[in-house]
Amino acid sequence: MKEMLSIDRLNYSYHSLNGETQAISDLSFKVYEGEFVAFVGPSGCGKSTLLSLIAGLITPGSGSILINGQEAKEAGKNIGYMLQKDHLLDWRTTFKNLTLGLEIQNKLSKSSYVMINEMLSTYGLINFQNAKPTELSGGMRQRAALIRTLLLEPDILLLDEPFSALDYQTRLEVADDIWGIIHKEKKTAILITHDIGEAISMADRVFVLSERPATIKAEIEINLTIDGIRTPLRARSAPEFTSYFNQIWKELNTNEAIQA
Amino acid sequence: MKQSKRNLKRIVSDTNVSVAQRTYIKKYLSMLQTVKIIQLLILIFFLAAWEITTRLNIIDSFVFSSPVKVVDCFLEMAKDGEIFYHIGITLAETFISFALVILIGILVAVLLWWNERVSRVLEPYLVVLNSLPKSALAPVFIVWLGANMKTIIVAAVSVAVFGSIITLYTNFKEVEEDKLKLIRTLGGTKKDILLKVILPSNIPVIISVMKVNIGLSLVGVIIGEFLAAKAGLGYLIIYGSQVFRLDWVIMSIVILCILATILYKVLTWIEKKYNNN
Repeated sequence: MKEMLSIDRLNYSYHSLNGETQAISDLSFKVYEGEFVAFVGPSGCGKSTLLSLIAGLITPGSGSILINGQEAKEAGKNIGYMLQKDHLLDWRTTFKNLTLGLEIQNKLSKSSYVMINEMLSTYGLINFQNAKPTELSGGMRQRAALIRTLLLEPDILLLDEPFSALDYQTRLEVADDIWGIIHKEKKTAILITHDIGEAISMADRVFVLSERPATIKAEIEINLTIDGIRTPLRARSAPEFTSYFNQIWKELNTNEAIQA
Repeated sequence: MKQSKRNLKRIVSDTNVSVAQRTYIKKYLSMLQTVKIIQLLILIFFLAAWEITTRLNIIDSFVFSSPVKVVDCFLEMAKDGEIFYHIGITLAETFISFALVILIGILVAVLLWWNERVSRVLEPYLVVLNSLPKSALAPVFIVWLGANMKTIIVAAVSVAVFGSIITLYTNFKEVEEDKLKLIRTLGGTKKDILLKVILPSNIPVIISVMKVNIGLSLVGVIIGEFLAAKAGLGYLIIYGSQVFRLDWVIMSIVILCILATILYKVLTWIEKKYNNN
Protein backbone atom coordinates (compact mmCIF):
# COMPACT_ATOMS: atom_id res chain seq x y z
CA MET A 1 0.00 0.00 0.00
CA LYS A 2 1.10 3.53 -0.75
CA GLU A 3 2.46 5.55 2.15
CA MET A 4 0.34 8.67 2.56
CA LEU A 5 1.81 10.18 5.68
CA SER A 6 5.10 9.40 7.33
CA ILE A 7 6.09 11.01 10.59
CA ASP A 8 9.56 10.47 11.92
CA ARG A 9 10.91 11.37 15.38
CA LEU A 10 8.69 14.43 15.69
CA ASN A 11 9.24 16.90 18.54
CA TYR A 12 7.37 20.07 19.36
CA SER A 13 7.41 22.52 22.27
CA TYR A 14 5.21 25.50 23.09
CA HIS A 15 6.82 28.65 24.33
CA SER A 16 5.13 31.06 26.71
CA LEU A 17 6.38 33.64 29.20
CA ASN A 18 5.86 31.06 31.94
CA GLY A 19 8.25 28.69 30.27
CA GLU A 20 8.51 25.93 27.76
CA THR A 21 6.02 23.05 27.48
CA GLN A 22 6.97 19.98 25.52
CA ALA A 23 3.82 18.85 23.71
CA ILE A 24 5.15 16.08 21.49
CA SER A 25 8.17 13.90 22.08
CA ASP A 26 9.85 11.59 19.59
CA LEU A 27 6.66 10.59 17.79
CA SER A 28 6.84 8.31 14.75
CA PHE A 29 4.13 6.59 12.72
CA LYS A 30 2.91 5.96 9.19
CA VAL A 31 -0.52 6.15 7.57
CA TYR A 32 -1.33 4.41 4.30
CA GLU A 33 -3.58 5.52 1.48
CA GLY A 34 -7.29 5.05 2.15
CA GLU A 35 -6.73 4.16 5.79
CA PHE A 36 -8.78 5.48 8.69
CA VAL A 37 -6.54 5.97 11.71
CA ALA A 38 -7.63 7.14 15.16
CA PHE A 39 -5.63 8.62 18.01
CA VAL A 40 -6.90 8.37 21.56
CA GLY A 41 -5.25 9.96 24.53
CA PRO A 42 -5.93 11.86 27.74
CA SER A 43 -7.14 15.44 27.27
CA GLY A 44 -4.41 18.01 26.94
CA CYS A 45 -1.89 15.43 25.77
CA GLY A 46 -1.01 17.26 22.57
CA LYS A 47 -3.42 15.61 20.14
CA SER A 48 -4.53 18.85 18.54
CA THR A 49 -0.94 20.01 18.31
CA LEU A 50 -0.19 16.90 16.27
CA LEU A 51 -2.91 17.80 13.77
CA SER A 52 -1.76 21.42 13.56
CA LEU A 53 1.73 20.11 12.74
CA ILE A 54 0.44 17.77 10.02
CA ALA A 55 -1.68 20.59 8.57
CA GLY A 56 1.43 22.76 8.41
CA LEU A 57 -0.06 25.44 10.64
CA ILE A 58 2.94 25.21 12.96
CA THR A 59 6.53 24.12 12.30
CA PRO A 60 8.03 21.09 14.05
CA GLY A 61 10.88 21.65 16.51
CA SER A 62 12.66 18.66 15.01
CA GLY A 63 11.81 15.54 13.05
CA SER A 64 10.02 15.23 9.75
CA ILE A 65 6.48 15.07 8.41
CA LEU A 66 6.21 13.72 4.88
CA ILE A 67 2.91 13.76 3.00
CA ASN A 68 3.09 11.82 -0.26
CA GLY A 69 6.83 12.13 0.13
CA GLN A 70 6.63 15.93 0.39
CA GLU A 71 7.39 18.17 3.38
CA ALA A 72 4.19 19.10 5.28
CA LYS A 73 4.75 22.83 4.76
CA GLU A 74 4.57 22.51 0.99
CA ALA A 75 1.84 19.90 1.01
CA GLY A 76 -0.19 22.03 3.48
CA LYS A 77 -2.94 22.80 1.02
CA ASN A 78 -3.65 19.11 0.35
CA ILE A 79 -4.79 18.64 3.93
CA GLY A 80 -8.41 18.95 4.99
CA TYR A 81 -8.93 19.88 8.61
CA MET A 82 -12.18 19.51 10.52
CA LEU A 83 -12.28 21.40 13.78
CA GLN A 84 -14.20 20.50 16.94
CA LYS A 85 -17.01 22.86 16.05
CA ASP A 86 -18.29 23.28 12.51
CA HIS A 87 -17.60 27.04 12.52
CA LEU A 88 -20.03 27.70 9.72
CA LEU A 89 -20.12 31.47 9.31
CA ASP A 90 -23.53 32.78 10.40
CA TRP A 91 -23.60 35.65 7.93
CA ARG A 92 -23.24 33.38 4.90
CA THR A 93 -25.81 31.00 3.47
CA THR A 94 -25.03 27.29 3.64
CA PHE A 95 -24.00 27.38 -0.02
CA LYS A 96 -21.69 30.35 0.50
CA ASN A 97 -20.17 28.55 3.49
CA LEU A 98 -19.29 25.59 1.32
CA THR A 99 -17.53 27.76 -1.23
CA LEU A 100 -15.41 29.49 1.44
CA GLY A 101 -12.33 27.31 0.93
CA LEU A 102 -12.55 27.48 -2.86
CA GLU A 103 -12.96 31.26 -2.67
CA ILE A 104 -9.86 31.57 -0.51
CA GLN A 105 -7.80 29.41 -2.85
CA ASN A 106 -9.24 31.12 -5.95
CA LYS A 107 -10.50 27.81 -7.27
CA LEU A 108 -14.15 28.75 -7.64
CA SER A 109 -15.21 27.89 -11.18
CA LYS A 110 -18.28 26.76 -13.12
CA SER A 111 -17.30 23.13 -12.59
CA SER A 112 -17.08 23.59 -8.84
CA TYR A 113 -20.72 24.71 -8.78
CA VAL A 114 -21.66 21.45 -10.50
CA MET A 115 -19.62 19.54 -7.92
CA ILE A 116 -21.16 21.42 -4.99
CA ASN A 117 -24.68 20.77 -6.24
CA GLU A 118 -23.88 17.10 -6.64
CA MET A 119 -22.54 16.87 -3.07
CA LEU A 120 -25.46 18.87 -1.70
CA SER A 121 -27.97 16.46 -3.19
CA THR A 122 -25.95 13.34 -2.32
CA TYR A 123 -25.69 14.38 1.30
CA GLY A 124 -29.21 15.75 1.76
CA LEU A 125 -28.53 19.44 1.97
CA ILE A 126 -29.85 20.56 -1.40
CA ASN A 127 -33.03 22.08 0.07
CA PHE A 128 -31.00 24.00 2.61
CA GLN A 129 -28.44 25.59 0.32
CA ASN A 130 -29.92 29.07 0.73
CA ALA A 131 -30.68 28.65 4.44
CA LYS A 132 -28.54 30.31 7.09
CA PRO A 133 -26.45 27.83 9.15
CA THR A 134 -28.59 28.63 12.22
CA GLU A 135 -31.50 26.86 10.53
CA LEU A 136 -29.56 23.58 10.16
CA SER A 137 -29.51 20.73 12.68
CA GLY A 138 -26.27 19.77 14.41
CA GLY A 139 -25.75 16.81 12.08
CA MET A 140 -26.43 18.86 8.97
CA ARG A 141 -23.95 21.47 10.12
CA GLN A 142 -21.21 18.84 10.52
CA ARG A 143 -22.01 17.44 7.09
CA ALA A 144 -21.80 20.94 5.60
CA ALA A 145 -18.46 21.47 7.34
CA LEU A 146 -17.17 18.18 5.92
CA ILE A 147 -18.31 19.05 2.39
CA ARG A 148 -16.60 22.45 2.74
CA THR A 149 -13.38 20.55 3.48
CA LEU A 150 -13.85 17.85 0.83
CA LEU A 151 -14.42 20.39 -1.95
CA LEU A 152 -10.73 21.26 -1.71
CA GLU A 153 -10.02 17.63 -2.63
CA PRO A 154 -7.60 16.96 0.21
CA ASP A 155 -5.27 13.93 0.22
CA ILE A 156 -5.67 13.52 3.97
CA LEU A 157 -8.55 14.49 6.25
CA LEU A 158 -7.77 15.51 9.79
CA LEU A 159 -10.68 15.23 12.24
CA ASP A 160 -10.11 17.01 15.53
CA GLU A 161 -12.85 15.59 17.80
CA PRO A 162 -15.42 16.68 15.23
CA PHE A 163 -18.35 15.22 17.18
CA SER A 164 -17.54 16.40 20.68
CA ALA A 165 -19.91 19.38 20.50
CA LEU A 166 -22.92 17.14 19.76
CA ASP A 167 -25.26 15.32 22.14
CA TYR A 168 -24.80 11.54 22.38
CA GLN A 169 -27.55 10.41 20.03
CA THR A 170 -26.70 12.93 17.32
CA ARG A 171 -23.09 12.02 17.82
CA LEU A 172 -23.64 8.38 16.88
CA GLU A 173 -25.69 9.36 13.85
CA VAL A 174 -23.23 11.98 12.65
CA ALA A 175 -20.28 9.63 13.15
CA ASP A 176 -22.05 7.12 10.90
CA ASP A 177 -22.81 9.85 8.41
CA ILE A 178 -19.34 11.35 8.27
CA TRP A 179 -17.64 7.96 8.21
CA GLY A 180 -19.87 6.98 5.29
CA ILE A 181 -18.96 10.11 3.35
CA ILE A 182 -15.23 9.68 3.99
CA HIS A 183 -15.45 6.03 3.00
CA LYS A 184 -17.41 6.81 -0.16
CA GLU A 185 -14.95 9.51 -1.21
CA LYS A 186 -12.10 7.07 -0.45
CA LYS A 187 -10.19 9.53 1.70
CA THR A 188 -7.34 8.88 4.07
CA ALA A 189 -8.42 10.12 7.50
CA ILE A 190 -6.88 10.75 10.88
CA LEU A 191 -9.33 11.08 13.76
CA ILE A 192 -8.48 12.45 17.14
CA THR A 193 -10.80 11.65 20.01
CA HIS A 194 -10.93 10.85 23.70
CA ASP A 195 -13.91 8.55 23.11
CA ILE A 196 -12.57 4.97 22.92
CA GLY A 197 -15.76 3.57 21.42
CA GLU A 198 -15.72 6.16 18.69
CA ALA A 199 -12.13 5.29 17.80
CA ILE A 200 -12.79 1.54 17.57
CA SER A 201 -16.01 1.92 15.63
CA MET A 202 -14.52 4.19 12.99
CA ALA A 203 -10.84 3.30 12.60
CA ASP A 204 -8.76 0.61 10.94
CA ARG A 205 -5.95 1.26 13.40
CA VAL A 206 -5.93 2.98 16.77
CA PHE A 207 -2.91 4.67 18.34
CA VAL A 208 -2.91 5.26 22.08
CA LEU A 209 -1.03 8.37 23.12
CA SER A 210 0.63 8.99 26.46
CA GLU A 211 0.24 11.98 28.77
CA ARG A 212 1.99 15.13 27.63
CA PRO A 213 4.55 15.14 26.04
CA ALA A 214 2.67 12.89 23.64
CA THR A 215 4.33 9.77 22.40
CA ILE A 216 2.84 6.54 21.06
CA LYS A 217 2.03 4.04 23.85
CA ALA A 218 0.41 1.36 21.73
CA GLU A 219 -0.76 0.61 18.23
CA ILE A 220 -3.83 -1.57 17.86
CA GLU A 221 -5.10 -3.01 14.60
CA ILE A 222 -8.90 -3.22 14.55
CA ASN A 223 -10.41 -6.31 12.94
CA LEU A 224 -14.11 -6.64 13.54
CA THR A 225 -16.51 -9.37 12.49
CA ILE A 226 -19.50 -7.56 11.06
CA ASP A 227 -22.53 -8.87 9.19
CA GLY A 228 -22.86 -6.94 5.96
CA ILE A 229 -21.16 -3.63 5.24
CA ARG A 230 -19.19 -2.04 8.04
CA THR A 231 -20.58 1.15 9.55
CA PRO A 232 -19.51 2.70 12.86
CA LEU A 233 -22.88 1.86 14.41
CA ARG A 234 -22.72 -1.81 13.36
CA ALA A 235 -19.09 -1.97 14.48
CA ARG A 236 -20.25 -1.25 17.99
CA SER A 237 -22.11 -4.57 18.16
CA ALA A 238 -19.20 -6.64 16.80
CA PRO A 239 -18.10 -9.39 19.23
CA GLU A 240 -14.50 -8.07 19.38
CA PHE A 241 -15.61 -4.53 20.31
CA THR A 242 -15.52 -5.01 24.09
CA SER A 243 -12.12 -6.64 24.18
CA TYR A 244 -10.63 -3.83 22.06
CA PHE A 245 -12.31 -1.37 24.40
CA ASN A 246 -10.78 -3.01 27.46
CA GLN A 247 -7.38 -3.21 25.84
CA ILE A 248 -7.34 0.51 24.99
CA TRP A 249 -8.81 1.40 28.37
CA LYS A 250 -6.00 -0.47 30.08
CA GLU A 251 -3.36 1.24 27.94
CA LEU A 252 -4.82 4.65 28.82
CA ASN A 253 -4.93 3.86 32.51
CA THR A 254 -1.34 2.67 32.72
CA ASN A 255 -0.56 6.20 31.59
CA GLU A 256 -2.40 7.62 34.53
CA ALA A 257 -0.67 5.21 36.91
CA ILE A 258 2.69 6.46 35.67
CA GLN A 259 1.59 10.05 36.15
CA ALA A 260 0.43 9.35 39.73
CA MET B 1 -39.22 37.23 18.61
CA LYS B 2 -40.68 40.66 19.15
CA GLN B 3 -44.24 40.95 17.92
CA SER B 4 -45.23 43.93 15.83
CA LYS B 5 -48.06 46.04 17.19
CA ARG B 6 -50.16 45.45 14.11
CA ASN B 7 -49.78 41.71 14.58
CA LEU B 8 -50.87 41.95 18.22
CA LYS B 9 -53.93 43.99 17.27
CA ARG B 10 -54.86 41.28 14.79
CA ILE B 11 -54.59 38.63 17.52
CA VAL B 12 -57.00 40.56 19.76
CA SER B 13 -59.79 40.13 17.19
CA ASP B 14 -58.79 36.57 16.31
CA THR B 15 -61.39 34.17 17.72
CA ASN B 16 -59.08 31.19 17.33
CA VAL B 17 -56.92 32.55 20.13
CA SER B 18 -58.02 31.78 23.70
CA VAL B 19 -59.85 34.47 25.66
CA ALA B 20 -57.16 34.54 28.35
CA GLN B 21 -54.41 35.14 25.79
CA ARG B 22 -56.47 37.87 24.13
CA THR B 23 -57.13 39.57 27.45
CA TYR B 24 -53.41 39.41 28.21
CA ILE B 25 -52.53 41.05 24.88
CA LYS B 26 -55.33 43.62 25.25
CA LYS B 27 -53.89 44.59 28.63
CA TYR B 28 -50.42 44.90 27.13
CA LEU B 29 -51.69 47.09 24.28
CA SER B 30 -53.63 49.35 26.62
CA MET B 31 -50.50 49.74 28.76
CA LEU B 32 -48.58 50.87 25.65
CA GLN B 33 -51.36 53.33 24.85
CA THR B 34 -51.33 54.77 28.37
CA VAL B 35 -47.57 55.33 28.10
CA LYS B 36 -48.06 57.18 24.79
CA ILE B 37 -50.82 59.36 26.24
CA ILE B 38 -48.78 60.30 29.31
CA GLN B 39 -45.77 61.14 27.14
CA LEU B 40 -47.94 63.43 25.03
CA LEU B 41 -49.53 65.03 28.10
CA ILE B 42 -46.11 65.87 29.54
CA LEU B 43 -45.16 67.63 26.29
CA ILE B 44 -48.46 69.55 26.11
CA PHE B 45 -48.26 70.52 29.78
CA PHE B 46 -44.68 71.73 29.38
CA LEU B 47 -45.46 73.81 26.27
CA ALA B 48 -48.66 75.23 27.80
CA ALA B 49 -46.93 76.14 31.08
CA TRP B 50 -44.14 77.83 29.14
CA GLU B 51 -46.54 79.81 26.94
CA ILE B 52 -48.86 80.83 29.80
CA THR B 53 -46.11 81.88 32.20
CA THR B 54 -44.56 84.12 29.56
CA ARG B 55 -47.96 85.61 28.63
CA LEU B 56 -48.62 86.38 32.32
CA ASN B 57 -45.12 87.84 32.60
CA ILE B 58 -44.16 85.38 35.34
CA ILE B 59 -41.03 84.67 33.30
CA ASP B 60 -39.55 87.11 30.82
CA SER B 61 -40.29 86.10 27.22
CA PHE B 62 -37.35 88.23 26.10
CA VAL B 63 -34.98 85.84 27.91
CA PHE B 64 -36.97 82.60 27.79
CA SER B 65 -38.75 83.08 24.46
CA SER B 66 -42.04 81.15 24.15
CA PRO B 67 -43.47 78.31 22.03
CA VAL B 68 -45.51 80.66 19.86
CA LYS B 69 -42.53 82.98 19.34
CA VAL B 70 -40.34 80.02 18.40
CA VAL B 71 -42.86 78.85 15.80
CA ASP B 72 -43.27 82.41 14.47
CA CYS B 73 -39.52 82.77 14.27
CA PHE B 74 -39.23 79.49 12.38
CA LEU B 75 -41.96 80.44 9.90
CA GLU B 76 -40.35 83.81 9.29
CA MET B 77 -36.91 82.29 8.69
CA ALA B 78 -38.45 79.57 6.55
CA LYS B 79 -40.00 82.18 4.25
CA ASP B 80 -36.68 83.29 2.77
CA GLY B 81 -35.19 79.80 3.25
CA GLU B 82 -32.54 81.08 5.67
CA ILE B 83 -33.22 78.45 8.29
CA PHE B 84 -32.90 75.65 5.77
CA TYR B 85 -29.52 77.02 4.79
CA HIS B 86 -28.34 76.79 8.40
CA ILE B 87 -29.80 73.30 8.85
CA GLY B 88 -28.20 72.20 5.57
CA ILE B 89 -24.77 73.45 6.64
CA THR B 90 -24.95 71.67 10.01
CA LEU B 91 -26.20 68.46 8.42
CA ALA B 92 -23.54 68.51 5.71
CA GLU B 93 -20.79 69.03 8.28
CA THR B 94 -22.23 66.24 10.42
CA PHE B 95 -22.39 63.78 7.53
CA ILE B 96 -18.85 64.56 6.35
CA SER B 97 -17.46 64.17 9.90
CA PHE B 98 -19.48 61.00 10.45
CA ALA B 99 -18.21 59.43 7.22
CA LEU B 100 -14.63 60.38 8.08
CA VAL B 101 -14.93 58.97 11.61
CA ILE B 102 -16.22 55.63 10.33
CA LEU B 103 -13.62 55.44 7.56
CA ILE B 104 -10.65 56.44 9.74
CA GLY B 105 -11.97 54.32 12.63
CA ILE B 106 -12.15 51.15 10.54
CA LEU B 107 -8.84 51.76 8.76
CA VAL B 108 -6.88 52.43 11.95
CA ALA B 109 -8.55 49.53 13.80
CA VAL B 110 -7.58 47.21 10.93
CA LEU B 111 -4.01 48.51 11.05
CA LEU B 112 -3.82 47.91 14.81
CA TRP B 113 -5.28 44.42 14.39
CA TRP B 114 -2.87 43.65 11.57
CA ASN B 115 0.24 44.61 13.45
CA GLU B 116 0.42 43.93 17.15
CA ARG B 117 3.58 45.96 17.59
CA VAL B 118 1.90 49.07 16.18
CA SER B 119 -1.06 48.57 18.50
CA ARG B 120 1.20 48.21 21.52
CA VAL B 121 3.13 51.34 20.57
CA LEU B 122 0.01 53.44 20.01
CA GLU B 123 -2.03 52.19 22.96
CA PRO B 124 -1.09 54.86 25.54
CA TYR B 125 -1.56 57.64 22.98
CA LEU B 126 -5.01 56.38 22.08
CA VAL B 127 -6.02 56.16 25.72
CA VAL B 128 -4.85 59.73 26.42
CA LEU B 129 -6.46 61.17 23.29
CA ASN B 130 -9.69 59.31 23.99
CA SER B 131 -10.01 60.65 27.53
CA LEU B 132 -8.97 64.22 26.65
CA PRO B 133 -11.97 66.60 26.48
CA LYS B 134 -11.85 67.34 22.76
CA SER B 135 -13.51 70.75 23.14
CA ALA B 136 -10.18 71.87 24.60
CA LEU B 137 -8.61 71.25 21.21
CA ALA B 138 -11.09 73.35 19.21
CA PRO B 139 -9.35 76.72 19.80
CA VAL B 140 -6.07 75.15 18.68
CA PHE B 141 -7.67 73.92 15.48
CA ILE B 142 -8.91 77.47 14.75
CA VAL B 143 -5.40 78.83 15.04
CA TRP B 144 -3.98 76.04 12.88
CA LEU B 145 -6.70 75.72 10.27
CA GLY B 146 -8.54 79.07 10.37
CA ALA B 147 -12.16 79.84 11.23
CA ASN B 148 -13.79 77.73 8.56
CA MET B 149 -15.53 74.45 7.83
CA LYS B 150 -12.24 72.54 7.91
CA THR B 151 -11.84 73.35 11.61
CA ILE B 152 -15.42 72.31 12.37
CA ILE B 153 -14.99 68.95 10.66
CA VAL B 154 -11.62 68.27 12.28
CA ALA B 155 -13.10 69.16 15.68
CA ALA B 156 -16.09 66.86 15.12
CA VAL B 157 -13.89 63.99 13.92
CA SER B 158 -11.62 64.38 16.95
CA VAL B 159 -14.60 64.02 19.28
CA ALA B 160 -15.65 60.62 17.94
CA VAL B 161 -12.71 58.97 16.22
CA PHE B 162 -10.58 57.74 19.13
CA GLY B 163 -13.41 55.98 20.91
CA SER B 164 -14.43 54.33 17.63
CA ILE B 165 -10.92 53.04 17.00
CA ILE B 166 -10.70 51.54 20.47
CA THR B 167 -14.14 49.91 20.31
CA LEU B 168 -13.58 48.45 16.85
CA TYR B 169 -10.08 47.19 17.63
CA THR B 170 -11.24 45.53 20.86
CA ASN B 171 -14.02 43.74 18.99
CA PHE B 172 -11.71 42.70 16.13
CA LYS B 173 -9.48 41.03 18.70
CA GLU B 174 -12.36 39.18 20.32
CA VAL B 175 -13.25 37.08 17.28
CA GLU B 176 -13.07 33.39 18.19
CA GLU B 177 -9.56 31.97 17.73
CA ASP B 178 -10.90 28.82 16.03
CA LYS B 179 -12.60 30.87 13.33
CA LEU B 180 -9.18 32.25 12.41
CA LYS B 181 -7.77 28.72 12.49
CA LEU B 182 -10.54 27.60 10.13
CA ILE B 183 -9.44 30.11 7.49
CA ARG B 184 -5.84 28.99 7.90
CA THR B 185 -6.79 25.32 7.52
CA LEU B 186 -8.54 26.26 4.29
CA GLY B 187 -5.25 27.71 3.09
CA GLY B 188 -6.09 31.36 3.80
CA THR B 189 -3.72 34.19 4.67
CA LYS B 190 -4.09 37.04 7.12
CA LYS B 191 -5.84 39.04 4.39
CA ASP B 192 -8.44 36.27 4.01
CA ILE B 193 -8.95 36.23 7.79
CA LEU B 194 -9.60 39.98 7.70
CA LEU B 195 -11.96 39.94 4.72
CA LYS B 196 -13.80 36.67 5.35
CA VAL B 197 -14.08 36.68 9.14
CA ILE B 198 -13.00 39.78 11.04
CA LEU B 199 -14.88 42.42 9.02
CA PRO B 200 -18.08 40.49 8.24
CA SER B 201 -18.44 39.21 11.79
CA ASN B 202 -18.07 42.76 13.08
CA ILE B 203 -20.74 44.41 10.95
CA PRO B 204 -23.15 44.57 13.92
CA VAL B 205 -20.39 46.23 15.97
CA ILE B 206 -19.70 48.69 13.15
CA ILE B 207 -23.38 49.59 13.00
CA SER B 208 -23.56 50.14 16.76
CA VAL B 209 -20.42 52.31 16.58
CA MET B 210 -22.17 54.29 13.82
CA LYS B 211 -25.19 54.75 16.08
CA VAL B 212 -23.05 56.29 18.79
CA ASN B 213 -21.04 58.33 16.33
CA ILE B 214 -23.86 60.06 14.53
CA GLY B 215 -24.74 61.73 17.85
CA LEU B 216 -21.11 62.45 18.72
CA SER B 217 -20.48 63.96 15.28
CA LEU B 218 -23.37 66.33 15.82
CA VAL B 219 -21.94 67.30 19.23
CA GLY B 220 -18.54 67.94 17.62
CA VAL B 221 -20.04 69.98 14.79
CA ILE B 222 -21.96 72.21 17.22
CA ILE B 223 -18.81 72.75 19.33
CA GLY B 224 -16.97 73.67 16.14
CA GLU B 225 -19.72 75.99 14.97
CA PHE B 226 -19.75 77.78 18.33
CA LEU B 227 -16.18 78.83 17.73
CA ALA B 228 -15.50 78.98 14.05
CA ALA B 229 -18.59 79.35 11.90
CA LYS B 230 -20.49 81.85 9.83
CA ALA B 231 -23.45 79.56 9.34
CA GLY B 232 -25.12 76.51 10.86
CA LEU B 233 -27.30 75.87 13.89
CA GLY B 234 -24.37 76.15 16.32
CA TYR B 235 -23.55 79.54 14.84
CA LEU B 236 -27.20 80.58 15.17
CA ILE B 237 -27.20 79.61 18.85
CA ILE B 238 -24.04 81.55 19.68
CA TYR B 239 -24.94 84.55 17.51
CA GLY B 240 -28.50 84.62 18.85
CA SER B 241 -27.32 84.61 22.46
CA GLN B 242 -24.87 87.43 21.75
CA VAL B 243 -27.47 89.72 20.15
CA PHE B 244 -30.19 88.63 22.57
CA ARG B 245 -32.37 86.93 19.97
CA LEU B 246 -33.36 84.08 22.26
CA ASP B 247 -36.00 82.99 19.74
CA TRP B 248 -33.17 81.94 17.44
CA VAL B 249 -31.38 80.10 20.20
CA ILE B 250 -34.38 78.14 21.43
CA MET B 251 -35.58 77.40 17.90
CA SER B 252 -32.14 76.07 16.94
CA ILE B 253 -32.08 73.84 20.01
CA VAL B 254 -35.52 72.45 19.17
CA ILE B 255 -34.41 71.77 15.59
CA LEU B 256 -31.27 70.04 16.91
CA CYS B 257 -33.43 67.80 19.10
CA ILE B 258 -35.46 66.80 16.07
CA LEU B 259 -32.40 66.29 13.84
CA ALA B 260 -30.60 64.14 16.43
CA THR B 261 -33.69 61.97 16.84
CA ILE B 262 -34.17 61.52 13.10
CA LEU B 263 -30.50 60.62 12.50
CA TYR B 264 -30.56 58.09 15.34
CA LYS B 265 -33.81 56.59 14.06
CA VAL B 266 -32.34 56.21 10.57
CA LEU B 267 -29.44 54.18 11.97
CA THR B 268 -31.75 52.11 14.17
CA TRP B 269 -33.72 51.36 11.01
CA ILE B 270 -30.54 50.30 9.16
CA GLU B 271 -29.59 48.07 12.10
CA LYS B 272 -33.02 46.43 12.06
CA LYS B 273 -32.81 45.91 8.30
CA TYR B 274 -29.43 44.21 8.72
CA ASN B 275 -30.58 41.99 11.59
CA ASN B 276 -33.64 40.84 9.65
CA ASN B 277 -31.46 39.72 6.80
